[in-house]
Amino acid sequence: MVAWRPATLAADRWETDSARTLVLDVPGWPGHRAGQHVDVRLTAEDGYTAQRGYSVASADEGERIELTVQRVEGGEVSSYLVDVFAPGDAVEVRGPLGGWFVWDAASPDPVVLVGGGSGVVPLMAMVRERRRVGSRALFRVLYSVRMPEDRYYRGELGAHRPGDGGVDLFVAYTRRAPEASPRGPGRLGAAELNTHGFPAEFAPVCFVCGPTGFVETASDALVALGHDPRRVRTERFGSGGGAR
Amino acid sequence: MTEPEHVDANALAGPLSEILSVDLTAAERRCSVCGACGVFAELHVTVDGPGLVASCPVCRTLVLRLVRTPDSVWVDLGGTGVVRVRLET
Amino acid sequence: MNVVTRGFRGRGGQDPARVPPGQYETHDFPVLSAGPTPRVDTGEWTFSVEAETGRTRVWTWEEFRALPQERPRVDIHCVTRWSKLDTDWEGVSLDVLLEDVETTAEYALASSYGGYTTNLPLQDLTDGQAWIVHTFDGEPLAPEHGGPARLIVPHLYFWKSAKWVRGISLLHQDEPGFWEQAGYHDYGDPWREQRYRGD
Repeated sequence: MVAWRPATLAADRWETDSARTLVLDVPGWPGHRAGQHVDVRLTAEDGYTAQRGYSVASADEGERIELTVQRVEGGEVSSYLVDVFAPGDAVEVRGPLGGWFVWDAASPDPVVLVGGGSGVVPLMAMVRERRRVGSRALFRVLYSVRMPEDRYYRGELGAHRPGDGGVDLFVAYTRRAPEASPRGPGRLGAAELNTHGFPAEFAPVCFVCGPTGFVETASDALVALGHDPRRVRTERFGSGGGAR
Repeated sequence: MTEPEHVDANALAGPLSEILSVDLTAAERRCSVCGACGVFAELHVTVDGPGLVASCPVCRTLVLRLVRTPDSVWVDLGGTGVVRVRLET
Repeated sequence: MNVVTRGFRGRGGQDPARVPPGQYETHDFPVLSAGPTPRVDTGEWTFSVEAETGRTRVWTWEEFRALPQERPRVDIHCVTRWSKLDTDWEGVSLDVLLEDVETTAEYALASSYGGYTTNLPLQDLTDGQAWIVHTFDGEPLAPEHGGPARLIVPHLYFWKSAKWVRGISLLHQDEPGFWEQAGYHDYGDPWREQRYRGD
């Protein structure tokens, strides 16, 4: 049984107007693999509880984990975590959870990461873990996001940090692209998955994460491009956006 | 919308961790009805009902249902078929 | 003992006369699901009532639509904690469908296309308490909400209101349905918070 552990907010960062990264101190955290998630439980004074799953955004770094939470309209858990939760406050977390949607940091295989919206969160954990362990595996990240101000991790993902050599980022803006961008707004298409990912002959491991419809479309396209379905791993968030 | 929103069986990892000591979501499975082989995590799970319902992504057979009440976990594994859990060696 | 999260209140401020304990009012219509949505063509749809004797009445879609129609406006309460007030439906009262059925049974099991089942006392289906509906808010009932037709029994938690209903069997003994087998309450009165077995 995976225990519930108290998790105290140590620090926070705004990624966008509606998404906040929570830095949590979790005494006894056993460590995690990149791509895993946690369940977060909130308990009100009258005993009412609510819980949701969130992907871990950070590399495996001791007893501190980071989650990035997107505010979902009408979402009681995400609204609390984004707008009310203050440094020093505590929630409970259970994890790490899930052994399938995880990147094996010891593997040299090339990796294609495809994220839609907040689906970029577990992919960021993989990029960070790659940097932490000094992996040379080649990463290609395809990030579908509505407009420039919706991008998470702007100063980090694709910013060529030391240790990120071999990580390429392609951003597909679906509603509005930056003015200087040669690519107009539009959905991430199969041709772009082919061009900005790896060819199937390279036998990359593919991780696809995001809203259910996005994941279905992108994973179907990867399989149609010849990728082995067993090497296309998916994590559907449902339609909510913020919850895992 | 024509389908209830489903997620992957990754979402079962937390609820199942309350009663199982291994992570079933990474286990391989063979469907008891259509014979499709895959990984447990690839099941489709609907999470917006009174409990969690997992179905085969190929033939839609109901594989598992799970209800968490305040004092119990109720789990029906009736459609699970064969599961292979790799042990750490 | 859970850690109490400072500042987390859940959803308070509900009208206790209209919204049962532990529920909150929603203005959406969340989809409540138990797996994939069955597709049922009205040309192949039938609804049946099978008495404990085995005698069965069957209605085709045309026959069902020719029965006297009612337009109940009711509040519905889902065990996942949302309640929706003043919902408008159109369909046939179970009083009409059970009118000519000879039975001494006390229980009913509703069955759906797709395999879903739910159990209720027969007396909760009569006296203007339950309907088979085909219209919500003036529109044909969408498949994700149970179309072409679903049961509604608004005084019980909404999982009793079987979507994609195909028939009702009358039984001498209570037989737990899909969720009732898995820990949910056999009766499910929202005003007594009968969510789980033993509540």
